[in-house]
Amino acid sequence: MPEEETATVQSIKVDSVGDFRFPERNKFDAGRGLTEKTIDYICDVKNDPDWVRDFRKRALKVFLEKPMPTHWATKDLENIKFEDIRYYLSDGERPKRTWDEVPEDVKNTFDRLGIPEQERAFLAGVEAQYDSEAAYSNVQKAVSDQGVIFVTSADGLKDHPEIFRKWFGKVIPTADNKFSALNSAVFSGGSFIYVPPGVKVKHPLQAYFRINSENFGQFERTLIIVDEGAEVTYMEGCTAPKFETSTLHSAVVELVAMKDAKIQYITVQNWSSNVYNLVTKRGVAHENAEIRWIDCNIGSRLTMKYPGVVMKGRKARGEVISIALASDGQHQDTGAKMIHAADETSSNIVSKSISVGTGRSTYRGQVHIPKHLKGCKNNTECDALLINTNSRTDTYPAITVRGNQHATQHEASVSQVSEEQIFYMQQRGLSEAEAMSLSVNGFINDLVREFPMEYSVELKRLIDLEMEGSVG
Amino acid sequence: MPETVLDMPNSPETKESAAEATSILSAGPVAAEPGMPQWFRDGQAAAWGEFAAAPMPVRKDEAWRFANLKRVAALDSFAPADPVSGEAAAQLVKESKGLAEPCARLVFANDHLIHESDGVRELREQGVLCLPLAYALMEYGDLVEKHFMVAEVELGSAKFAALHRARVRSGTFLFVPKGVVVDRPIEVFHWASGDGAAIFPHTLIIAEENAQVAVFDHFCSAAEGEAHFACGVNDLSAETGARVTYAAAQQLSAKSSAIQINSTTVGRDAEIRQLQAQLGAGWSRTESVSHLTGPGANSLMLSAAVATAGQEIDQRTLQHHESERATSDLLYKNVLFGDARTIFAGLIQVDERAHYTDAYQKCRNLLMSDEAEANSMPGLEINADQVKCSHGATTGQISEEELFYLEARGIPPESAKRLIATGFAFEAIDRLGNPAIQDLIEALVEQRFANLAE
Repeated sequence: MPEEETATVQSIKVDSVGDFRFPERNKFDAGRGLTEKTIDYICDVKNDPDWVRDFRKRALKVFLEKPMPTHWATKDLENIKFEDIRYYLSDGERPKRTWDEVPEDVKNTFDRLGIPEQERAFLAGVEAQYDSEAAYSNVQKAVSDQGVIFVTSADGLKDHPEIFRKWFGKVIPTADNKFSALNSAVFSGGSFIYVPPGVKVKHPLQAYFRINSENFGQFERTLIIVDEGAEVTYMEGCTAPKFETSTLHSAVVELVAMKDAKIQYITVQNWSSNVYNLVTKRGVAHENAEIRWIDCNIGSRLTMKYPGVVMKGRKARGEVISIALASDGQHQDTGAKMIHAADETSSNIVSKSISVGTGRSTYRGQVHIPKHLKGCKNNTECDALLINTNSRTDTYPAITVRGNQHATQHEASVSQVSEEQIFYMQQRGLSEAEAMSLSVNGFINDLVREFPMEYSVELKRLIDLEMEGSVG
Repeated sequence: MPETVLDMPNSPETKESAAEATSILSAGPVAAEPGMPQWFRDGQAAAWGEFAAAPMPVRKDEAWRFANLKRVAALDSFAPADPVSGEAAAQLVKESKGLAEPCARLVFANDHLIHESDGVRELREQGVLCLPLAYALMEYGDLVEKHFMVAEVELGSAKFAALHRARVRSGTFLFVPKGVVVDRPIEVFHWASGDGAAIFPHTLIIAEENAQVAVFDHFCSAAEGEAHFACGVNDLSAETGARVTYAAAQQLSAKSSAIQINSTTVGRDAEIRQLQAQLGAGWSRTESVSHLTGPGANSLMLSAAVATAGQEIDQRTLQHHESERATSDLLYKNVLFGDARTIFAGLIQVDERAHYTDAYQKCRNLLMSDEAEANSMPGLEINADQVKCSHGATTGQISEEELFYLEARGIPPESAKRLIATGFAFEAIDRLGNPAIQDLIEALVEQRFANLAE
């Protein structure tokens, strides 16, 4: 039925690279709404061990008890209809190991997103999640021979419980916030990665997340453990077609970097503009370890995401590099959380946001340096660029420092593209839109360089697209 | 029953009724004094209702983030203040020495006027009303009503503003008519006396078109061993082209608590420069809001704080740009000793049409001990483009290089540290632009450092 599917694709107005959908063919559907029955359904379908079932049920209680954090967060959260959301959908099949085995429509989806080419080009492993479960998962032989485990979190908890249970839910406890509790109750999909001591994974590992069904909530759970002296880079991308009703994506990502380990976690988020993207991401860095979050938010209706690093060991380092583009009707509420818990730890936050049209970008940050530590350092820089007169930007940092052996600095600025710059470029024959995108690209250029080439090219293209309709 | 009190020099003293000698949080509105306009008395009763109905701050309130709420709960231990005796009042007047040549001086003790200088009458001749609030209410009720506590309390202490409204009985009412320039500062002392006494100092300054005036408020404890609570409100308004300078030195005893709620309105081409020196009180919270309502308006908000062991200084600010082409600049500097805590939460808010805004905000903390804690929350909310806004917050300690430089010149380490800390605090003070007030505040800061060294 490839012809039918092609027809479906064409009938949907395509306004961005991810805006297309295929018919649903779900064998398992937990239905709408969230009760203990939903949890039981998910556990039965997934054949979860008992401890997972208990974990989920406890989390459900916490989720129901916790109020919405609207005393500081946007009131838009109240528009999420938890009772209308479908919490689990899957075709009931195991992730495919070769591209040919993947069902045609799913393959078409990921073909359109360019995944097989990317894999051929430079990825060491890729996993693609379609609604609740991974549809395709492959790790290059060279990497698995080194002892690297890269599987879905479901396989991780069944096949590697000795590593998985030790860290699962430890970095981000269930009760951390309402949405981490929700994820803990209904999680499915996501990656589990373990890198053994001393192994440096040369090429990035990648996951791709795709929501294909209306009213569907995606709740993947990712756990990455990098053992002593090992290194890994992980990239994730997300897309969804634009549905009539809004969709929820609420992930939990936990990273553990053991002594001297390095983790780089790259996200390019391009959900369609009616996805609520409420994600909790945190890493623990042990002695002399380094965790870097490189985070780019372009899509979604509302993103609330504050990647964090708990620097638990001496000389641990944490970094968040964040780019947010808020277009008409979007609210990018992003930031960073840096918890210093050992001497001589250092953290760096660089955040750049661009608000276009009625878009709103918010930086929210927390830096905490508690008592009796020595030689901790934090540097925070937030720059915001406003494109139109009705654009909005906010900055809400909170910095706590105890003791006189540390140094912190925070700086933020808000500006717009100067009329002189635009005039100068127009004088030299550029259109206003071209001049604008050149300026905007210049604004984020130093951060874009941190992304892999494919992503930075894509990012520039997206900014050009956004700028076309925004000037005037 | 309390007798009539005109809040004037040498007026007979009153004793609060026995029923009022309870906690200030359950005392009810202050006993009505005959001669007060009806709107004012009604307002006091209504405000008590609001105060009683409003919940105490809780940990989840963003406006009270990082604040130690035990300090707020402890306000329960304060009681309404009794008037001071004639002898004690005379002593306090003698101690009310600040500026060398103020153009007028008012001295209040426990919310009663105990002294006013001859300058007040001279000002009157220029058409400047510099009056105790109680007197202004009786004589210029309509004028006061137009400006009295009209601003919304936005930064968390609406409950305590209501308490102030219900309990206020005096303070300064200053009205400078169009075009009048008062060249020397007006100085006001607010004394609290008697252990556990709560006072409600009020300052209301209105500068009409192109008027100019400078005011310096002192908040002091009669005895260092006593505990006092000063719950003050000060509202400043500069109309088109006016210039107002306002400084406040909070020097309450170590056991005292203070809440100061400020609202500033700066009109077209007007300028308000204000400075707070936080030099006392175990717990002090200030909320300062600056509304920029006309093009060309300029607001300067400065603070210098020296916090010592056991002290918490909690400062919340808002620079609200309602009009285009206005400028605001904030510089708060904190020096922390012992296990002192400071909290700074500042927000620059730029409204949708406020283009060509220029707004700056900076909080700098100098930590002198390993126990001190500085919390900074510098915020921005920008709803317009074509703006220049930036904020910064830094926390650090004295650098080894600076110390080495001074030690190399024979200055002992302790003195060198003090010298650097003093210079750090002076940086904010020096920007006020009123040498007489700056010199006095700098002397107070130096004295504070000297007391610490003992």
